[in-house]
Amino acid sequence: MSDVRDLSVAAGLAAIEARDLAAAEWADAYAGLPDELGAYLWRPDEPIGGEEGPLGGVPVAVKDIFCIEDVPTTAGSRILENYLPPYTATAVERLLGAGASVLGKTNMDEFAMGSSNENSAYGDVRNPWDTDRVPGGSSGGSAAAVAGGLAPCALGTDTGGSIRQPAAFCGVVGLKPTYGSISRSGMIAFASSLDQCGPFTRTVADAALLLRVMQGADPRDTTSTGIAAGVEMPSREDLSGVRVGVPRELASEAEGMEDGVREVMERTIALCESLGATVAETSLPNARYGISAYYVIAPAEASANLARYDGVRFGERVAAEGLDDMYELTRAAGFGPEVKRRIMLGTYALSSGYYDAYYGRAQRVRTLIARDFENAFADHDVLLTPTSPTVAFPLGSRTDDPLAMYMADYCTVPMSLAGVPAISIPGGLAAAPDGGPELPVGVQLVGPAFGETALLDAAHALESAIGFDTNAAWRGGADA
Amino acid sequence: MIDRKQVLHVARLARLRLDDEEVERMSAELSSILDHVETMAELDIEGVEPTSRVVDAENVMRADDVAASLPRDAALANAPDPASGSFRVPSPQA
Repeated sequence: MSDVRDLSVAAGLAAIEARDLAAAEWADAYAGLPDELGAYLWRPDEPIGGEEGPLGGVPVAVKDIFCIEDVPTTAGSRILENYLPPYTATAVERLLGAGASVLGKTNMDEFAMGSSNENSAYGDVRNPWDTDRVPGGSSGGSAAAVAGGLAPCALGTDTGGSIRQPAAFCGVVGLKPTYGSISRSGMIAFASSLDQCGPFTRTVADAALLLRVMQGADPRDTTSTGIAAGVEMPSREDLSGVRVGVPRELASEAEGMEDGVREVMERTIALCESLGATVAETSLPNARYGISAYYVIAPAEASANLARYDGVRFGERVAAEGLDDMYELTRAAGFGPEVKRRIMLGTYALSSGYYDAYYGRAQRVRTLIARDFENAFADHDVLLTPTSPTVAFPLGSRTDDPLAMYMADYCTVPMSLAGVPAISIPGGLAAAPDGGPELPVGVQLVGPAFGETALLDAAHALESAIGFDTNAAWRGGADA
Repeated sequence: MIDRKQVLHVARLARLRLDDEEVERMSAELSSILDHVETMAELDIEGVEPTSRVVDAENVMRADDVAASLPRDAALANAPDPASGSFRVPSPQA
């Protein structure tokens, strides 16, 4: 084979099976590669794990939000700069148990709050397609690692789009499974009713391979149910008989959608039809209120979850004479601007006199959005939208306007609120409105709760027809 | 509009010490975000039940079995100021 780094997870496993590749060589091909993108925050001297098993030898990069025993885990925050977890997250434990090998911990927006990775306390991550642009966020390091040839697959977390949007910006596959599919134990909490772990991969089949190992109920997370029906490997070659719905609020009527994204969507719809699908416009009438509901619910939950960073049991402390001064100075020094903004927003929304107007209302809007999806899935097997209204934007271009940054998640937040599974696959390339090289555009497929098998099957058929090269960025651009 | 006084009140509730510049910026940014959030007021939510989580599970129980827990040393290993097997903090009265 030309380069071990070309291998998808499935192809690498097949090469090991055929004795064309020794399991240890696979991770070794990635260990010690120069990381010019800033994708990793920490890499071990020797890859961790790599035993026999269904994923024996598969190298995986892990977002720095997952605890691994005695491995530095910062969640992109100064407040956890020297934290060494006493236990390992269930999702990582399951991968290690299946024989996977951890390549390192990847950069991220602080506590997963952000859409560009620019909120990391440890520096920016660069997009492998154009290093002056963001990789997306909050799982920016994981997306850049997979697209940049620094890992064949990675773990991320998605609260409002933090797997799907960076996957779209970096031209790889990103899956947010149904809420409850994979245990959240050991995954540092941001917004507990929304947080969900999922894989970044170069193919849809690889996403299925990782999901099959990670999914399942876990006594350490009582909201984890697993996918009762299991997850089958995708095998569909066409979309005959599949009813695809395109919700107009997140497609033709989406705010701020770039022309290039619109063109890729149109091509994708045509491709679905040529594969035998029936494509019809549909409606999620309340989806346009997703960002509003999300930016009450997620900060409200975050303000409660982040109360634990108080300089007492773990994390950094700023010394002071009195207890309250210690709390306030510790949190002022340990948290970055976006985390402070969200704690303030959430505390305000939950405070006396405002609770019903903000939090109570947002929870009811969440119900309306969840019902919209139920209604849409009565007539459609899968929904199709762009993953993000734009391609990757330049570093620094949105950091002064929090609301503009939040709009990057316009098309991904409604699925998180409803808890339904969604996958972003590369739909093609498009020019950015401000020039530069052509950049990847992600298309998002959405299925009903716990319908991962059918969702992955449809995504696999579409991916094959699109024929996007997810190795193009690190091999030297789209022309290579 | 969130004014300076409200920002300071919320910061106090959240145990966040903000400097003057942060207070100013927070006032402007929170106001702009909340303006957007308030578009939800257009929706009729009369009679709609709130959703706090999408999983139906309620009161998930387990058997009352004794299992190993985190040893004290491991629990204290990340503490900024462990003392006599405990977490030491400055006086609440200081």
